[in-house]
Amino acid sequence: MHASPIPDPAPDAQYLLRTGDTCLILAQRLAEWCGHAPVLEEDIALANMALDLLGQARALLTRAGQLGGPGRPVRDEDQLAFLRDERDFRNLTIAELPRGDFAVTVLRNAMVATLLRQLWHRLQDSRDAEVAAIAAKAVKEARYHQRHAADWAVRLADGTDESRRRMQAALRRLWPYRHEMFEAGDPVDEAAAASGLGPRWSELREPWHADMDALLAEAGLEPPADTPFRSTGRHGRHSEHLGPLLAEMQSLQRAYPGGVW
Amino acid sequence: MSAAAFRFPDALAGLPPAAPLDAGPVPPPGADPRARAWAVLRAVPDPEVPAVSVVDLGIVRGAEPLPGGGVRVTLTPTYSGCPATEAIERSVREALDAAGLGPVEVALRRAPAWTTDWITPEGRDRLRAAGIAPPGPAEAGGDGLAPLRFFARGADAPSVQCPRCASPRTEQLAAFGATACKSLWRCLACREPFEHFKPL
Repeated sequence: MHASPIPDPAPDAQYLLRTGDTCLILAQRLAEWCGHAPVLEEDIALANMALDLLGQARALLTRAGQLGGPGRPVRDEDQLAFLRDERDFRNLTIAELPRGDFAVTVLRNAMVATLLRQLWHRLQDSRDAEVAAIAAKAVKEARYHQRHAADWAVRLADGTDESRRRMQAALRRLWPYRHEMFEAGDPVDEAAAASGLGPRWSELREPWHADMDALLAEAGLEPPADTPFRSTGRHGRHSEHLGPLLAEMQSLQRAYPGGVW
Repeated sequence: MSAAAFRFPDALAGLPPAAPLDAGPVPPPGADPRARAWAVLRAVPDPEVPAVSVVDLGIVRGAEPLPGGGVRVTLTPTYSGCPATEAIERSVREALDAAGLGPVEVALRRAPAWTTDWITPEGRDRLRAAGIAPPGPAEAGGDGLAPLRFFARGADAPSVQCPRCASPRTEQLAAFGATACKSLWRCLACREPFEHFKPL
């Protein structure tokens, strides 16, 4: 058995893993569409977005692995991606949910890309020069992803009765997961804000809602009534869906430790 | 990913290397090594868009001869997940080594981020000649502050000139294309589909 390589990372590393893992896990989910999307163009689009997210994840995991904390060895991106256990992943729960139908995928992409775009924008001012450089590149990609997803969300909501019904169902399913993005008073966020590594995610709530409200208005969709449900993936407490995803994603490294392609 | 499991370069390794581009003569050995290095690099094709060189695309940010011999090349990757990044590094090394300019040091520099505004005028001509519409100016608001916009259609859509017949009457077919850097379009005048290098 492998020990999970960073069971208790320093706050700065945890902060970066929240974004890096969200990109990684969403990339893995989007890749499931390869060969299955409703039309060829979207098959290609989803694979392209997965590739961008994977590139962003690689850069952030590499950086997080260098910030493991005093006395902790540097971990590379592969160790972090393929050898950590479920509880050590810090991605938002929304990223790990099953891919669902195309409406779920489109709306999830819109919600996550809207967050990432705001986050990358702020991370351009990170005191960590490497993180700032990663963000300057990624913010443009996130903007393109956001626009693409928003475009489809509007098109589906404004399409047939069936496509509209599915968009409404996707909104009911995914909307409750937004709270996790903006949880206030979180020690990892506070440490990042204090060190200048990056913003508290709670500061992104307003700009996120401005964009998502514009999207829902354009689509003519009503968000569902709020519920007390709160997901906790970025603290390492995940839904039942992450385990099977990791079992597949990590199977090669688990079976052949250190194997090279 | 880099060390252990999946290696991106292999995605391209099975392809035959693209032929060097005709970029004019390389100064003979003994000439200024900086000029020689740039001349060599101007002929190194991009692995995914082999009609243009890595210099045309603005990926090569510097080529400096080192005091003890050899050359140091600075590259800025295009997209975060571009699978060609490692392949570009390899072809740059091989070309400079083959010209006797090695040993080659390659530095990857992320900041400032690559933009299509760095594509040279020659690069734009070459893209057009290859049937790829070159990008317009990169959009302001890439910093994430601009409000959400949807892909414009119809009269509001930005005009991309057809690389074949030069008509401005074109429309986007898909926001993503065969590589991360391109979208798919069609010309309403000559009816030909074409690729557009996305402004970024």
